[in-house]
Amino acid sequence: MIRYEYGGDEFVFVELAEEMSLEANFRGMAITRKLRERQLPGILDICPSNASYMIRVDPDQLHPDALISELENLEKSVSLDDFQISARLVDVPVLFEDPWTHEALMRFRERHQDPNSTDLEYAARINGFTSKEELIEAITGFPYLVSMVGFVPGLPWCYQMVPREQQIEVPKYVRPRTFTPERAFGFGGAFAVIYPVQGAGGYQLFGIAAAPIYDREQRLPDFKDAMTFPKQGDIFRYRSITMDEYESIRKQVEDGTFRYLTKEITFTPDEVTENPQRFSENVLGRLYE
Amino acid sequence: MIHVLNPGLQTTVQDQGRIGYYEIGMPPSGAMDKYSYTIANLLVGNDENAAALEITYMGPTLEFREDTVIAVTGGEIPPKINGEPIPMWETVSVASGDQLSFDFVKQGARVYLAVAGGVDVPVIMESRSTYTLCGIGGFEGRALQQGDELHIGNATRESIRIGTRVPDALVPQFAKSHEIRVIMGLCSYRLTEEGKQSFLSQEWTVTPEANRVGYRFKGERLGFVPREQPFGAGSNPSNVVDLGYPIGSIQVPDGVEPIALLNDAVTGGGYATIATVISADLNRMAQIKSNEKVRFVSVTLEEALQARNEVKDKIAQIKQVITENGR
Repeated sequence: MIRYEYGGDEFVFVELAEEMSLEANFRGMAITRKLRERQLPGILDICPSNASYMIRVDPDQLHPDALISELENLEKSVSLDDFQISARLVDVPVLFEDPWTHEALMRFRERHQDPNSTDLEYAARINGFTSKEELIEAITGFPYLVSMVGFVPGLPWCYQMVPREQQIEVPKYVRPRTFTPERAFGFGGAFAVIYPVQGAGGYQLFGIAAAPIYDREQRLPDFKDAMTFPKQGDIFRYRSITMDEYESIRKQVEDGTFRYLTKEITFTPDEVTENPQRFSENVLGRLYE
Repeated sequence: MIHVLNPGLQTTVQDQGRIGYYEIGMPPSGAMDKYSYTIANLLVGNDENAAALEITYMGPTLEFREDTVIAVTGGEIPPKINGEPIPMWETVSVASGDQLSFDFVKQGARVYLAVAGGVDVPVIMESRSTYTLCGIGGFEGRALQQGDELHIGNATRESIRIGTRVPDALVPQFAKSHEIRVIMGLCSYRLTEEGKQSFLSQEWTVTPEANRVGYRFKGERLGFVPREQPFGAGSNPSNVVDLGYPIGSIQVPDGVEPIALLNDAVTGGGYATIATVISADLNRMAQIKSNEKVRFVSVTLEEALQARNEVKDKIAQIKQVITENGR
């Protein structure tokens, strides 16, 4: 059941599904992309999210009810069969159990479900892994769909492309932290994220990304066109790296030469949902070929 | 040029906001009380999107280094030139060397200072608004500091006669208890009926966390309907699968202390939002201070649109007054 709601007089919120799934995300992507093509006057923002989307509208130009009728028609006409996604495959190096996020998570133990474990130990245990190394392997073994960008500029919500029974799920902190280091790699609900800038946050902290995903000065070549790197539909592979590689990437970032390893890719939702395992293996093969 | 002798508590450059970048997680920022902001620009003959200063609680001390025309609107933080009171909601001339300072706040929380020509800072993503969390826009991406020098731009459309005034009937009054109109919904289905009733019937107290990011309220806990959480949402009953947050939306993490998200808020996340403040009342929300009382009143979309038109009508009336008396 699709749910339409008013967010005050300037927003319309559409929930496609209450629970997260690749299908719901692809559907939202297809609808919002078609809506964008229509270029209706009065639409100020189209914000696709995980299993829903949100539109900011100027009600003086387009009555929210007229927009909702428009969306209802659009939803009937959108089919995933002829929907192709052109995006990037990206290798995202992450240093797990790094000293910076470790220090941050130790500062907020009293806000955590399990003050006597680290976030990684806790997440491994509740997901049925016998060690944190096994959890890291599960996190890095299969790629993720960037299912939504938001919270702060450039933060990617990433949903792993594996069957439901294999998906990792962790709660958010009991009370959010007031501090999270820039580039921290976290996990909350069924989503992996990288925090673009230092700030508050409630996700479990597992490590730190070596390269930025937000570059205000647009110094690095990957940021030539925009301050933010992730885009909805991108496929990210989080790769576990050593401290040596971390330091070498930091040096490249500082001297302005770092570039993400990326490959262009075009795929259909069916390819992913029919056999996520096979799709993931193909994707990793292409990325590092 | 405007020289900052003392920055006040938090003074930032703002305009109508950075609209159209929600998709990448960029909040709109912009003036919190758009009614007062717009009128300040009208009084100095500026383009309606010219950048002005938004001043919070404690005003700055500013020295003008050129002759110009200013207007101060918004909450009552009485302005003075060289120690002498000057009127708010009126076109005022200042001379090079004049110092503008402010008395203690009497009512409301924010004042807007427009200067003929607008504050000249770089345009980033179509806006000059400051978003301090990511250091974007405004003056070097931050609130003003002592010693800053602000350039005046050329956003003047016309010159307005000194002494042009907004009629008293169109000057908003700000009390210490407030009725803020909301449209219920988004994820209000997650609250129990008692929870919804309690949200609308109790008097909420604004906590010290009341800033451009959002306002937090203290009151009784609201109950959520128990359920088995949908996949991906997280375990707390107030969690949903992460979604977009409208400006003005109110969320209730864990059922305690509702938070109204405002211009610099996060653009999405995993808490159930239960209602959204209507656009007309976001202006009044901006003038609420810590410890003041708020009641939320549920209205329909049509009532919200009518309130929006009333705000637009008032601005049209002020334009008329300025056309008739100001030229």
